[in-house]
Amino acid sequence: MIRLEDVYKIYSDGDSEIRALDGVSLFVDKGEFTAIVGSSGSGKSTCMNIIGCLDIPTSGKYYLNGTDVSTMTEKQLAAIRNKELGFIFQQYNLIAKLNLLENVELPLIYRRVSASERRKMAEEALDRVGLLDRGKKFPSQLSGGQQQRVSIARALAGRPPVILADEPTGALDSKTGRDVINFLRELHSDGTSVILITHDNSIAESTNRIIRIQDGKIISDEDNMKNVKTKGEVKDES
Amino acid sequence: MNLKQSFVLALKSLMSSKMRSFLTMLGIIIGVGAVIIIVSLIEGMTQNMLDTFESMGATNIQVMVRGRGGNRSVNLDDMYKLCEDNPDYLKSVTPTVTVSGASIKSGNESLDTTTVTGGNEYYAEISDKEAEFGRDISYVDCEARLLNCVVGTYVAKEFYGGAEKALGQSVKINGRNFTIVGVMEEKNDSKESTGDDAIIVPYTVAQKLSGMGRLSTFIFCATNKDVAEAAQVLVENYLFKTFSNSNAYTVINMASLIDTVSTMTDTMSLLGACVAGVSLLVGGIGIMNIMLVSVTERTREIGVRKSLGAAPWDILSQFVVEAMTTSCIGGVIGILFGIAGSVVGSRFLNIPTAVSFTAIMISFTISAFIGVAFGYFPAKKAASLNPIDALRYD
Repeated sequence: MIRLEDVYKIYSDGDSEIRALDGVSLFVDKGEFTAIVGSSGSGKSTCMNIIGCLDIPTSGKYYLNGTDVSTMTEKQLAAIRNKELGFIFQQYNLIAKLNLLENVELPLIYRRVSASERRKMAEEALDRVGLLDRGKKFPSQLSGGQQQRVSIARALAGRPPVILADEPTGALDSKTGRDVINFLRELHSDGTSVILITHDNSIAESTNRIIRIQDGKIISDEDNMKNVKTKGEVKDES
Repeated sequence: MNLKQSFVLALKSLMSSKMRSFLTMLGIIIGVGAVIIIVSLIEGMTQNMLDTFESMGATNIQVMVRGRGGNRSVNLDDMYKLCEDNPDYLKSVTPTVTVSGASIKSGNESLDTTTVTGGNEYYAEISDKEAEFGRDISYVDCEARLLNCVVGTYVAKEFYGGAEKALGQSVKINGRNFTIVGVMEEKNDSKESTGDDAIIVPYTVAQKLSGMGRLSTFIFCATNKDVAEAAQVLVENYLFKTFSNSNAYTVINMASLIDTVSTMTDTMSLLGACVAGVSLLVGGIGIMNIMLVSVTERTREIGVRKSLGAAPWDILSQFVVEAMTTSCIGGVIGILFGIAGSVVGSRFLNIPTAVSFTAIMISFTISAFIGVAFGYFPAKKAASLNPIDALRYD
């Protein structure tokens, strides 16, 4: 479903050039729970940005569901981000002046879902992360863990087939971080593809497939058999 | 994202920093307010002036003869004949004789400001000073040089305490006793130095009082407003034939005077509106400035919205609507401010206001337009941000 073919992302800074992605090819199938692991500066974030259609490759092809998105216009990319992808960020990135329900509704607004339908879907998503009773509260009134749950709800609200999580536990303590990972596993077992970007091996261990990136290249790509066998079961890894 | 949501969002964003929003709007508020105050006051002033001229009679044609050159001259009979010969254009004519510096007395009381004017039996009708009580100056008064007069309500009130009480009483003009045969209709609340502070006497008597031998000022009355200008030309032609010199006389038609005043005040309005327009422009630049700041401050938010699927149009419309909301709210406050300002201004300057609906509509439209025009550039900047750069922005 996600196919990168020999993708390069090169930033040129005057004379020197930085190869953030240096010929990456990978395939992620529907329903996988994948971790992309690498240290800071390895190119994992660039990889996630390209998969998330937030950035375009310098060269190479990116097929999402068989269509080449590397040549799409910004408007078309916006539609792809809206329908096909859900983002979870390390810093939650909730909009401070909107309440939780309104935050969760945002992707639906951009999809032009009718107001009543939108409210219903947003409430469902908030309910799923257990924060429905706080719908009228504002992000600043919540703890970090709760905010991250809201951002998960926002990613879920439009029921995208793929969830992209960029260091979702980075700003959380280990307990709430574990909760978030468990929640992602739960999503995966419901049929959503989840791609998790992290520098933390112990978190990567809870996925079914671990892709390691270093210096813009994939250095290993292996199934995490232990998890494949126990697919669907919520495990406590750390 | 539809426009209504953008609007609600814009309101929220304005409310979240009230002081800043207010200062941003201030340029528009002052601009719109200034447009309305200036246009309203000028309009009021124009109306006031036009009313004054109108009351002098738009059908009136005033003739002043200066020429004393040789044996060429015009007398009252020539004027009467001109009227009789052209009934389609000219209805009537009256000579006017101003008695300057006349002393007006009744018993021990005296008045200084009262104007004494001599006219014939048409004078009252032509200059709209017909008697409400008693009668006007008549043909007989003029022919027999009777010491009869018609007084304004101010004079009647000062001397005898009321219009009706003054009737039949006498008043001394330059030491001679006149009988009050009529009292004019009240025009200016019986105030001093207005049209109510006047006395009309037969022109023949006025000639004597002023020591002026020859009649030199006449007022013609055109048959109706539409022929006023043609009538003026007719009179001018006649005078030119008589004097062969256009410097020897002056012909003034109130209708053409009104035209002149209208053109003049229109130019003033335009000039005032231009000045106010400049402050609207400055207000617009203020909005653009603050929108640019707002876009920079909210770069991250824009990145988040884009990552959630906001198309460039969504971001563009959000910021344009926000700028437009700012300028429109500013416009509405400016309109209220302008209306209040013109009411206060008219009290202060003692002229009537005519708060112009057109000015309100135009200035509101302009402020909405300013929002779009000056909001577009910052909004375009926001919409064209690269999502990943915006998301990473600190």
